[in-house]
Amino acid sequence: MTTVIEPAIARSAKSGVQPLLAIRTIAKSFGKNPVLRDISLQIAEGEFMTILGESGSGKTTLLRIIAGFESADAGEIVMESERLDLLPPYRRRVNTVFQNYALFPHLSVEENVGYGLRVSKLSKDEIAARVSEALAMVKMTPFAKSKPANISGGQQQRIALARALVNRPRLLLLDEPLSALDANLRRQMQVELKSLQREVGISFVFVTHDQEEAMVMSDRIALLRMGELEQVASPREIYSRPATAYTAQFIGHTNLLRGDVRGNVARCNSLSWPVDLPDGPALFSLRPENIRLVTSGVGGADMNLIRFGGKVQNQAFHGATELLQIVCEDGLMVSVRTATREGRQGELHLEFSPADAVPVRESAERG
Amino acid sequence: MSDARSNSRWLPWHALGVFGFLYLPIVTLIVYSFNGPGVGGFPPRNLTLDWYRMLFADDAIWESVLNSLIVAFAAMGISLTFGIPAALALDRANFPGKALFRRLVLLPLILPGIITGLSLLMLFRAADVKLSLVTIVLGHGTALISVATTEVFAGLQKVDRAQEEASLDLGANYWQTFWRITIPNLRLSIIGAALLIFTLSMDEIAVSFFLIGRDNTLPLEIWGRLRRGITPEINAISSIIFVFSLIAIVGWYRLRINAEGKPETPAELVEVA
Amino acid sequence: MFSRAYRTAITLPPLLWVALFLLVPYALLFCYSFWSVSPSQTIVHDWSLDNYRELFRVNVYLQTLFRSMWIAARVTIFSLLLGYPLAYYLSFYAGARKDLFYQLVIIPLWVSYLVRAYAWKTILGSDGVLNTLLQYVHLTKHPLEFLLYSPFAVVLTLTHIYTPFAILPIYASLEHIPRNLVEASHDLGASPLQTFWRVIFPLSIPGVLAGATFAFVLSLGDFLAPLLLGGPSGIMISNIVVSLFGAAYNWPLGAAISLCMLLLVLALLLLTEKLEKKWSFR
Repeated sequence: MTTVIEPAIARSAKSGVQPLLAIRTIAKSFGKNPVLRDISLQIAEGEFMTILGESGSGKTTLLRIIAGFESADAGEIVMESERLDLLPPYRRRVNTVFQNYALFPHLSVEENVGYGLRVSKLSKDEIAARVSEALAMVKMTPFAKSKPANISGGQQQRIALARALVNRPRLLLLDEPLSALDANLRRQMQVELKSLQREVGISFVFVTHDQEEAMVMSDRIALLRMGELEQVASPREIYSRPATAYTAQFIGHTNLLRGDVRGNVARCNSLSWPVDLPDGPALFSLRPENIRLVTSGVGGADMNLIRFGGKVQNQAFHGATELLQIVCEDGLMVSVRTATREGRQGELHLEFSPADAVPVRESAERG
Repeated sequence: MSDARSNSRWLPWHALGVFGFLYLPIVTLIVYSFNGPGVGGFPPRNLTLDWYRMLFADDAIWESVLNSLIVAFAAMGISLTFGIPAALALDRANFPGKALFRRLVLLPLILPGIITGLSLLMLFRAADVKLSLVTIVLGHGTALISVATTEVFAGLQKVDRAQEEASLDLGANYWQTFWRITIPNLRLSIIGAALLIFTLSMDEIAVSFFLIGRDNTLPLEIWGRLRRGITPEINAISSIIFVFSLIAIVGWYRLRINAEGKPETPAELVEVA
Repeated sequence: MFSRAYRTAITLPPLLWVALFLLVPYALLFCYSFWSVSPSQTIVHDWSLDNYRELFRVNVYLQTLFRSMWIAARVTIFSLLLGYPLAYYLSFYAGARKDLFYQLVIIPLWVSYLVRAYAWKTILGSDGVLNTLLQYVHLTKHPLEFLLYSPFAVVLTLTHIYTPFAILPIYASLEHIPRNLVEASHDLGASPLQTFWRVIFPLSIPGVLAGATFAFVLSLGDFLAPLLLGGPSGIMISNIVVSLFGAAYNWPLGAAISLCMLLLVLALLLLTEKLEKKWSFR
């Protein structure tokens, strides 16, 4: 795909359109335990936003605050010029797909899907029409009269989705909806969810701990760590320009090079390369795929590339690529990702471009 | 969820009311056991320990207490001896009539006690057995097997089957495994069941009513006196019974909490089976 | 995994005991109901339906049975009305104090039945605590007679005794409801009241049925409370049975009534089981 899809938020910011949801300085503690500190985030119309984080990062709590099941200690949430956080969950135009689906066991599939519509007292005909539309959208029409206990996990997940979407919410929240599925089904659902979101055009806020999943599906990723946002950017941006060491390591593999900058030259062990940074200690993220094996001889080398050598300590087979652990003479250890080839041994010559050594901040210490 | 609270502000008051309803009679009883003029009359006055003194001098009561204790311990023995295997059998064996057996074992729990009592009376009559403490023991023991079975059965569900398999794997036979692994694992359930059986037996009237011989159990002794009229002594003994029951039940509950998870009482154990 | 010998060893003793001390007695009960008693006070094995005919012929038996059922029904209803909100409060609102409150519920359950029935007797009498209290605060001038020795007293006492029996299964079934179902219902726009009627209550029905069954069956067969507090107008069916095994000496008739009670209870249990299955969504 060569088209660059601009993050919706950037687009809307440019055109001066208000974001759909504005989360402002939200903080939440459970007892003495601060779970969210000063979270500010905006979600645009039609955007697929993923809140990514480890367990304990506060991502589920943030989602529950948006849904209304928890109330924040500080801050506010505004949706379309209205204070969302002052409303109880059953009056918010927000719907949730729960992690364990939370389907009502005593109702059939179509009764489950129509629940929200029945509660808002729509006419029987309208309900029937919208329910069958929703079931068709998730391809579960033949199961309309089944009970949740009699359908598979993946099917329950679709029903949970239909049940939420049928109410035409302004925002759909998804709390790790794919975590209970096995790997293949999960990948399939990722694609389906993404195209569903495009089709329906509603903003999705998706919570997960799986960084690969986040990258596949999102327009933007908000990386949450210990209650604070590390970085909020598109997947490509967050991958190629991580802001902190944590981001660089959490998303994909990376080599963290610790070094010093003096006179616009960065030095890390025996490696040095030109940089445009102030003097002082510095940290760089260098992705393993950006370190390449020198194929040609010494001659004809691009003068800008930094060269070094090392011995292969470990070779991990990953299918299309392999990850090599290289030990340099000065003791520096790097990972290098390269195309698969059997039996690499001995001394290897490697090179990388200084532009790929992205300077990152040290992640803040958090109590 | 925060909004829900304002809609149901009456709930805590209702709860308080129900607790009051459940406890006030007992509290009244205890207060009046110290009441000078005896039972009844408001407000309570002339607080005294006289009734307790009378109680402690009353030989007949203490004889019946002794009888009740004997019966309770003996019944405990019978109920556990047959209730534990019954629970194991329901958990691990399949045999013809299993469904009938399960219902039969649990029946005394839900049936009015007098039915169990009088059918046992007919049995003893037919076998020409004289009524005595022994017949009461047999009655209690039989009726309370269900308590042992349900407690132990519930405990069995939490036992790790792999432990018994490991024991067998390491060379112990079934008998050894039973005593070294199974029973210790069920320790808490068994103790809990024992405590419950003991308490229920001490208070048992319906079955005992039909099977009594010359010697009275405590409840029947109290019952006999009630037929003759109320005396404040009865308040005193009732208060003492209450305190002991309280200790027994809280003790039982703590045990079940230690055995992890929620405690189950016979009231909800019917669904276990 | 378990050998034949093991399984026999754990099955046979309880099976034999239960057969001897439960099955045989109930069978005897069955047989006795078809026999009769001779004028010389001996049991005659004449195998007839006379006892059952007697039950339907003589009014007092059916009357008492219906009165007992009506008392049991009232006890059940009141127990549920008192018990359900308490169980609900315990499950959804008690939070940290849930454990303590649970203990508070089971304590009365196991404290001597006799003690509790007696307590009510002392409270409801004309010289009892309640009457003297009412007179003391000048709400009444004379003792209220209906408080004791009436069906009212029986219903009150039995409700007091069996409400915890009703609370526990309801509480258990409420606890089994995953809380995310409540959140999902709110999420989909249902208010707390709508959520209760559409989600929580339907899922708690098995517990309600169990609690109702306990309360009904146990009150129906109760003989202590009516004897202590019922007076002549509060006699219940079990009291008749007890007297037939005592002074009135007619074991066969007593057996026939008991068998009818037994069948009634079994029928109720079967019915509740079927209903519970229908309403249980596991």
